[in-house]
Formats: sequence, C-alpha cells, structure tokens
Amino acid sequence: MELGEGAIMPEMHFEEEQPDIPEGQRRPTGVAAPAVIRSGREVISAELALTIYRQMVRTRALEERSIKMSKSGEAYFWIGGPGEEAVNVCLGLQVHKGQGPAYDYLHLHYRNAGVLLAMGMPMIDHVRQLAMRWTDPHSRGRNFVGHYAVKKWNVVPVTSVIEVQFAMAPGTALMQKRHGQKHPEENEGITIVIGGEAGTAEGDFETCLNWSTRPGHELPVLMIVTNNRFGISTDFTTVCAEKCVADRAIPYGIRAETVDGNDPVLAWNAIDRAMRYCRKERKPYLLETLVSRLHGHSSSSGAQRDWKQPDPLQMFEEKLLSCGAMDASTVETLWTEARAEAEAAVAAALREPEPRPEDVYRFTYAPSPVDVVYPQDYTGLPGRLGI
Amino acid sequence: MATMAQAVRLALHYGEEHLGVTDIFGEDVGPPLGGVFTVTQGLKTAWNTPLDERGIIGTAMGIAYAGGRPVCEIQFCDYAFNVLDLLKIAGNQRWASGGEYDMPIVVMTPTGAGIRGSIYHSHSFDSWATRLPGWKIVMPSNPLDAYGLMLAAIIDPNPVLYLLPKALLRVRGERLIPGEPDDPEQLSRMIDAPIGDRTHWSPQWPPVQEYIVPIGRAELVREGQDATIISYGRHLPICVQVVDELTRQEGIRCDVIDLRSLFPYDWDLISQSVVKTGRVLIVNEDTEVTNFAEHLLRRIIEEHFYDLLVRPRALMGKHVPGIGMNQVYERNSVPQAEDVQAAIRALLADPA
Repeated sequence: MELGEGAIMPEMHFEEEQPDIPEGQRRPTGVAAPAVIRSGREVISAELALTIYRQMVRTRALEERSIKMSKSGEAYFWIGGPGEEAVNVCLGLQVHKGQGPAYDYLHLHYRNAGVLLAMGMPMIDHVRQLAMRWTDPHSRGRNFVGHYAVKKWNVVPVTSVIEVQFAMAPGTALMQKRHGQKHPEENEGITIVIGGEAGTAEGDFETCLNWSTRPGHELPVLMIVTNNRFGISTDFTTVCAEKCVADRAIPYGIRAETVDGNDPVLAWNAIDRAMRYCRKERKPYLLETLVSRLHGHSSSSGAQRDWKQPDPLQMFEEKLLSCGAMDASTVETLWTEARAEAEAAVAAALREPEPRPEDVYRFTYAPSPVDVVYPQDYTGLPGRLGI
Repeated sequence: MATMAQAVRLALHYGEEHLGVTDIFGEDVGPPLGGVFTVTQGLKTAWNTPLDERGIIGTAMGIAYAGGRPVCEIQFCDYAFNVLDLLKIAGNQRWASGGEYDMPIVVMTPTGAGIRGSIYHSHSFDSWATRLPGWKIVMPSNPLDAYGLMLAAIIDPNPVLYLLPKALLRVRGERLIPGEPDDPEQLSRMIDAPIGDRTHWSPQWPPVQEYIVPIGRAELVREGQDATIISYGRHLPICVQVVDELTRQEGIRCDVIDLRSLFPYDWDLISQSVVKTGRVLIVNEDTEVTNFAEHLLRRIIEEHFYDLLVRPRALMGKHVPGIGMNQVYERNSVPQAEDVQAAIRALLADPA
C-alpha cells in the first residue's frame, strides 16, 4: 500500500481480519478520485486517508459496542477514547512495532484502543479484557478495559493511576538511546507517552520534561497530551492558568507543537514530524493534540453521547465523501463490517472461560533461583504447611 | 572486616561485573559523593538524578521494562512516602499484566533511627514495605548478610526493596566477605574515596566472590530453650547483646532469629522455635500501630495458640509522629537495650 510521502509504516495491518476495500468502491462513478487529502497546507495521500478512516470506523464501532456491554451487564465498567480516534489511529499506524529497545515503547493511558487496533490488535483482545476473561492477554481479567499490556509490541502495562506513565517513560528512552549508541543500525526506537491534559497537573508530567532533558543526556521521548479540556467533570480552564499545555516545554528547551487532533490530516503530519525529530535527534518532543470527548469520562458518568462536541470521524467522513475519495456505499460497507467484527468479537469472548479461584495468586512473582519460599510464584502466606 | 556500607558497595560492584546491573542511581549516588552514606562510591554505573523520588522509581521501572537491571536509591526512607503509589504499581506489574512483564528492580533506602536524624531522617519503613504485595523486602543486620542479600536482590527477577539499617551502616562485621582482604585498613585504602578532591581517584576492587543469602531464609543467631526473640536490622544486634548478657549473668538461653527477609519471611524457622520455647518476643523500631510484628503475632496466635506457654508479645516504637531531635525523645520512643532486656525478663518471668 502506498503511504503518504515519507510515512513510516512497518508491518501494517498485522493480524487484521478484514480484506482491503475493493478499488471500485472507493469513489463515485465518473468522478476523478483525488490523489491527496488536504487540510490547509497539510496533505496525506488518499490511500492513507482511507486506511485511517477505516481504522477510525473500526475503533468507533468497537468503543460503541463496548459501551453497550457496560450498559447491558456484560461488563461492569467502560472507559475509552471516542473522539480521539484521529490521533490514536494516526499514532498506531506510525509506530515502529516490535519488542526491545530497537523499537518504540508505548506508555499509554486508557483511551488508546485506536492505537492498538491500528497496530493490528484483534478486536477480541480488547473485548476479552472488558468481559474479564481468563483469555484476556493484557491482564487475565484483572484490569479495566483499555488497560493494555503487549510485550511483543513494547506496550507496557497501562494503569489507572493518572500520569505515572510519564515518570516511567524516561527509563525506556534511556535504554533506547544507549542501545542506539551501541548499535547504530538500531538507533531509531523512541518512547511514546500519552496522557490527558488534566494529568499534566501531576508532578510526573514535570518529571518527564526534566528527566528527558538532563544536559548531555537528552532522551527520545515523544510526549503526547490529548487535551479534551475535561478531567472527569472539571473544566481545565477553571483549575489551571496556562493557556497552552505545549508551553510547558519552553523552560526545558523542548520542541513542542499544538495540533487539531480532530483532523487526521493534521494529526498524521504532526505525529510524523514529532517522530522524525525524536528518532533522528534523540531528543524529546511535546505534542499537544486538541481532541473531543464524545461519551464523557467513563460509564460512571453514563457514557452518553455528547452531541455538542465535534466528531472527528463524522467530519473526516464528510470530507472524504465531498472530495470524492470514497462514496456512500463504501461508508456503509465499512460501518457494517466494523460493527459485525465487534459483534463477533463480543460473542466469541463471552463464550471463553473466566478466571478460577485458584488463579488469584498466579503471575505475582517471576520464578527466582534465590528465593527459597517462592521459587516459582506466590502461593499464599509463607510456609502455610497446608493450614 | 568491611562495614555494612562497604559491603553493599562491594555487592553492587559484583553486580555490575557479574550480574548484569546496568544502572545504579539516585540523588547524590554518582560521583563525586557516591551516596550520603558512601554506599555507591566508585561504582562504574552510578549516576546522579534530579532531586525527584518519583522520577527515580519511575525511571527504574522504565529501565526494567526495556531489559535493564537497575538498582536505585531513595536517599532516606523518610522521602519514599511520595512514591508509595509507584511502589504499588511496580509490585503489581507482573500480576496486573497476567505475567506479561517482570519487574526486576532493586530499591534501596536507609531506614530507622539511631543517627540523631531528627524527625525526617529517622522514619522506619519496614511495616509500610510489607504492605506492598508483589515486592520482596529484605533488611540485613550485618555486613556479610548485607553483601549476600544484595546479590540475591539483584538476581531475583522481581522488585526487591532493600532496607538499609542506617545506624549499622558504619559498623564493621565479624565475618569476611569472600575475597575481602583481611586488613580493614587495606580495604579502606582500596575502595573508600579520599576526603576532598576525588577527580583522579578510582577504586581498586578486591576480587570478591559470589555469596548469596537466599530470600526467605532467616538465621538462627543464638540458640536456646527459654524463649524465641525475633528481630531484624538495627535491633537484631541489640537483641543479641541483651541475650548474651542474660546468658552470661543468669544462664538464660534464647533462640534469636534474624529474619533478614521480611517478605517472604521464614515461617518454618519461626514456627519451629515457637513450638520449642512457647515464649515469643518480636522486636523492631517501627511505630506500633499496624506494625509488621503484629502480623507475625497473628500467625503465631492462630497457628500456635496451644504451643504457647505465655502470651506472645512485641516491643516496637511508640505511635508518635516522629523521632524528636533531643535524645530524650528517641530514647523514650524507640526500643533501647534496657527496654529489650526488660521485655525478655518479663517474658521469662510470666508463669506458664
């Protein structure tokens, strides 16, 4: 597949279940399809735009089905990222995906389903966590939905604790920088850390800015702030005087940018620029993306659709239709397929086994050659002798 | 004989050379100081961090995610309280990710009173530490164990919190570390940084060997029929001193157990000793409400109720907000040798 000029997309579509869209469905008959999609001065190829659109649809369909699960009793709790699909998909498609310091590390938060779907995670792995199954590869049914952990792709465990990922990011970046210095052919791995704007009030955000700019020890960390203006119910502008989160980079001399994260053309190019800088310069970058929050904070606040917020997917859909990059039947087909894919994932996951009582202790400890009480794993209090 | 600070330093050097330690870091851990207690002088992977405990623990986790083997330090455990949530997260990474990620980090931090450290250099952390599931918690009472426990902490692929009894850091041991020179003056000339300008100084490391104290194995340091005294860290040598005096003066003989690992603790050794003596005293200096000793008492009562001759007891620090600077405060809130002696006498005097 042809990508936007200079775009980096290793191993795209890994494990995807859907076939590519037949060429004939992409444009109205008799109208010349555009080669590129524009937003102001920014451009992506029409091919890439369709790929992004399709992944955004899949993400939205999965999130809407997930919300339904939380309301139907098939799950207890939903949190996710409807409204952040443009940023998430554009990020996921540009990640250097793999294991170890030669590849990108991802310190995500809990609104990043689009990142993982774009990287190639099958929908069912998301649903398995939401449905609390033993087959959940991220947490064995232990964690909230969207709390991914994928070692083969350097996705470190997502935690509900806000902003702690920003304190951890310098560590993976340090190892990547060191690795690249020893192995110049593997010197492009970067650390990507994401959080919301509310979390920037935590000291951990400042930790990341500070630790990634120690003189002589600058680190390749791409910090992405998804600014939806709300921390649960609290309007950011009522608790913080700063006008622009990206300005937090200024005292550290970090390159920064604020971008409309509801526009995939702008988001793609901003992420591309930021990644190129981190990969080549081995220095940090702060990217603030202005995004929507379409279903509130979580199911705890009802997860009802907020129709006042702009919808990045709807806007992109209209843009691609109006310029003739795709037609209405393509839209319908993609939505139908994505909803069917989500439905099938839910049906399959709900048939899978749940954890058993004896699984409570499992995976507490890694096997240790120097621990005489727990050489394999935790087994309950020390030396119970069957009591 | 090495001091405990020297022993930990030698262990970290061994870790760098033979066990894959990639980073030793924290506030003032790197040159020129090499740690406020000299524990990290001269180590080749030691570096200084910003004054930011959350960054220290977070970065250690990141290094571990990416395949490194970090040992980091919180300068005093009094400053670990703002990282409790990160310690919890480090402890649950493997469990929460269903075995996807291990967390092989060592966090060391000086703990306890005894150096006239006033309110914020005298806290204990042992009871807080044992409330961190997923971690292993060790605390040596002598230099040789300090060396062996540090090697075990580094080798263990799980998070290990290594509590340094700060009052014992400058105390010399009675047993040589394998490979350590016989003459302590010679050791000092080899590995202690000079006072003043250290620009051109580098250590001459003795060829120390592998010596591992397994995690979860206590040591029976005194043996007797009359009572079981359980302690660790700073109060272990105090308990030994008191028991030795009682043995010399009155022929009283007690089991004295040095836990060394707080979690996992050596329940088998505790259990056997309780069955033998029926009289139990646990001694530590952490504050007395929700103290780790209370957990051990709970198990002793639940599992050995009918083996006990008298009520078991614990001697702990007073439940006060801090250790005051005037020594009157410390002497009257942290168990002293005379308090230990009185507690053992009371334990033995209690009619069965």
